[in-house]
Amino acid sequence: MDFLTNPLNLVIFFPLLGVLALLLMPSGKKDLLRWTALVASLLTFGISIWVLSLFKAADADLQLGLNIPWIQVAGWNINYATGVDGLSILLVLLTAFLSPISILSTWTAVEERVKDFMIFFLLLEVGMMGVFLAQDLFLFYIFWEFTLVPMYFLIGIWGGPQRIYAAVKFFLYTMAGSILMLIAVLWLGINQNSFSVPDMIARSGSIPAEIQMWLFLAFAAAFAIKVPMWPLHSWLPDAHVQAPTAGSVILAGVLLKMGTYGFLRFNLPLFPAAAIKAAPWMAGLAVIGIIYGALVSYSQKDVKKLVAYSSVSHLGFVMLGLFALNPMGIQGGILQMINHGLSTGALFLLVGIIYERRHTREMDAFGGLWKVMPVYGALMLIVSLSSMGLPGLNGFVGEFTILLGAYGSSSIGSPWFAGLAALGVILAAIYILYMFQKMFLGPLDKEENKNLKDLNWREIATMVPLLVFIFWIGLYPKPFFTLMAPAVDNLVKIIQTASMALH
Amino acid sequence: MTQTDFLTLLPNILLVTWACILLLVDLFIPQKRKYITALLASFGLAIVMGIVLAQAGREMTAFNDMITVDGFSVFLSVLFLATGLMSIAIAYGYLKRMGIERGEYYTLMLFSISGMLLMAQASNLIVIFLGLELLSIPLYILAAWARPRQESEEAGLKYFLLGAFATGFVVYGIAMTFGATGSTQLSAIVASVSSGKAVTSLLMIGAALLLVGFGFKVAAVPFHMWTPDVYQGAPTSVTGFMAVGAKVAGFAALLRIFVSAFPSLSADLTPVLWGLAAVTMIGGNLIAIAQSDIKRMLAYSSIAHAGYILMAFVSFANPTVAPDSVASALFYLVAYALTSFGAWAMVIALEKAEGKGLEINDYAGLGRKYPALAAAMTVFMLSLTGIPPTLGLIGKLYLFRTAVEGGFVGLAIIGVVTSLISAYYYLRVVVVMYMREGDAQVTTNDSWLNITIGATALATVILSFLPAALFKLAGDAILKLF
Repeated sequence: MDFLTNPLNLVIFFPLLGVLALLLMPSGKKDLLRWTALVASLLTFGISIWVLSLFKAADADLQLGLNIPWIQVAGWNINYATGVDGLSILLVLLTAFLSPISILSTWTAVEERVKDFMIFFLLLEVGMMGVFLAQDLFLFYIFWEFTLVPMYFLIGIWGGPQRIYAAVKFFLYTMAGSILMLIAVLWLGINQNSFSVPDMIARSGSIPAEIQMWLFLAFAAAFAIKVPMWPLHSWLPDAHVQAPTAGSVILAGVLLKMGTYGFLRFNLPLFPAAAIKAAPWMAGLAVIGIIYGALVSYSQKDVKKLVAYSSVSHLGFVMLGLFALNPMGIQGGILQMINHGLSTGALFLLVGIIYERRHTREMDAFGGLWKVMPVYGALMLIVSLSSMGLPGLNGFVGEFTILLGAYGSSSIGSPWFAGLAALGVILAAIYILYMFQKMFLGPLDKEENKNLKDLNWREIATMVPLLVFIFWIGLYPKPFFTLMAPAVDNLVKIIQTASMALH
Repeated sequence: MTQTDFLTLLPNILLVTWACILLLVDLFIPQKRKYITALLASFGLAIVMGIVLAQAGREMTAFNDMITVDGFSVFLSVLFLATGLMSIAIAYGYLKRMGIERGEYYTLMLFSISGMLLMAQASNLIVIFLGLELLSIPLYILAAWARPRQESEEAGLKYFLLGAFATGFVVYGIAMTFGATGSTQLSAIVASVSSGKAVTSLLMIGAALLLVGFGFKVAAVPFHMWTPDVYQGAPTSVTGFMAVGAKVAGFAALLRIFVSAFPSLSADLTPVLWGLAAVTMIGGNLIAIAQSDIKRMLAYSSIAHAGYILMAFVSFANPTVAPDSVASALFYLVAYALTSFGAWAMVIALEKAEGKGLEINDYAGLGRKYPALAAAMTVFMLSLTGIPPTLGLIGKLYLFRTAVEGGFVGLAIIGVVTSLISAYYYLRVVVVMYMREGDAQVTTNDSWLNITIGATALATVILSFLPAALFKLAGDAILKLF
């Protein structure tokens, strides 16, 4: 009984009820299927709010979870262990929040095989929740690999013209990283005689420094591909551009965060000594990613590609913050994960909306859209400004905190990283405003654009919740920081202890 | 023959007797009612399985220690008998549809299974050899069952010639071992080695020859050449039986001989096994990429899986890891048997007369027209790759863990990298089923086949959530050491 009524289990597995309901429905009744999926994901969101209300923000430890034996034979010591803390609570909420929005965005975009689409989508939600809540490495690995399957189908069946290539590339790339992590997980499981994450954190000092580095690298391989960090990003533009809109939103909004979350949850506390040594290198790659992503974004003609590459840049900021290894940087990193999920999710939704109307995403095909679609233009402006980090909107808070953290970080070692990263903020303004200008300003000279309809109520309904949070975080971020602060302080303490042992 | 002898060997005695009776009874069953033969054969298998299960938990030896019933043999016997039952389930409709239905099919299968049982129980090299022959000869005939189809005849002949060749290696290996130690009894071999009387160089040659001989049987690279042709040419129901039953039996003998009799040779054998496992994983998976015929693809996939199981062998001599080594191999054999059987059953579902419907591209559009079958096939492909939520993943994790535990991290890395390679060709089936437009045809409404597909798919998924029981069974299936 405990298992079924545990709030975290409800968040993870509630979407499965939706899947069961969908399986029983005829595949012809598309609206029924859509509503079922939407209701299932909304209820999951409701449960996540309930989890938030039970969550004690002042407590740094894992909460609300279960820890029951799962496989305790043949030398395995595997528990079904879950738990939520300040590092993951916001990501759980983000996942639960973006899922119904994404489903709502498919109302007219997905007409083919609606039933299968919704089933895969809800399965994906199960996998993502599991990733953020699992506190046993074995369980985590299973959820982690499982998310590949539904996403692979979402891209491969409902994607654009190059969808099969993109889906297979996505699958193989991600799997390539996680198999190395698998070896490291097994090594840890054998040598620590446990797969439990808190146990391993407690015993992290017992691993010799050299082996710690190898383990760090093996885990980093999995997470760096997922983030993606430069130079492992090449799956991302393909997957993002080919995925259906809802898929892109979830991919950018949540799946990429699984990578950064992995660094936060595993790489930093499990291998603190290695993390300290690797910090300048990781920060270097992050800064390269920031600049590179921004430059490549600028040269895109396809607006969806532009948004995709901007993710490489934005996640570079997150990585820079995390590897500052101080409270400021890590808090900024976590907040920026949420920010990126909101802003880039919103950008993909907006791109999807125009694509549905015009069936092209080439920026040259547009111009002067503001005149025919003022609501759309206004929304795009706000989201763009949020994405480029305008003060008063969410992006600014995250990036600024990260830059402060990175600037003062002793483990990165040089303020130059922060300085170069700040250049990325300027570049972001350039490519985003360039895009905005090309699509929305100037004369309305294309015949096809003259009769475009502005947003309908459903589309506005998908955007409004996102905007609320874009403003909320921008104007009053304190509640969000409060949620994560104790857990982040705890993490930093672990790293400092290891750092003391090093010197 | 004492009473213990009789009781120990009862499953085998019963199975062979039953097969002989069936051979006679079948003469009186009219061609239109061959389902009676199939039912009787299944009935026999089920009874024997009951007896085997009754033997579980005991350790018995018989015929002057030539036969050993231990946890290991019981575990494998149940697997063989279950394989037999599933083989009959997938064969019945298929044989009818292809016009090659003859009652002897089931009888031969029973003989072959009794050979497998014998191999799992043998603790004397001569008995292992007897079991091997009893297992193989019916299979040679079954491979050529679709006579006069040329591919099938070719498969039968090829399997026979190469099988005989491999048997030669086994016999020669037995002879060398006998020369080195003065006995074919596994316990006597161990005793002779530990007392220092054995001629080590001869024993080494003997072990190497045995490894080659069984390498053929389990289709390890570089002894795999026959596999794709035979698997492709043989009737698919036979292929499924061969790919699971014969391979598992080969591994049973290898495990029994190497873990119990040859640990003293580990310094020399471990690098060889390491190389064999690595080459098999790499070779099988790389060549599978290039296949467009589903039967050939699955054939190479079965070669690759032999490599994964060999990985468990590498640490056979390390006393702390050896129990895991055996248990992980057994666990994986179950996972492989379930998944691979399901996949072969899917092949049967789409196969049409004259060898049509066997291209991977013939699966296009299956996801839309037959969602349940396509979902099952997806489960099998994911399980063979090692993606959750499937039993294949858990099995692979256990194998990798054993390798890491034994200190062979490099081999484990080869294992995961080749799994990644395998994802490419397994996913291609999924891509074709779901992402290509097409007109996949399932001509038959064969309920036994569908039940097999459904049951194996469900078991693959459900057991992955509750693997503890299977872990325990595999862990308890202790191999008797001397």
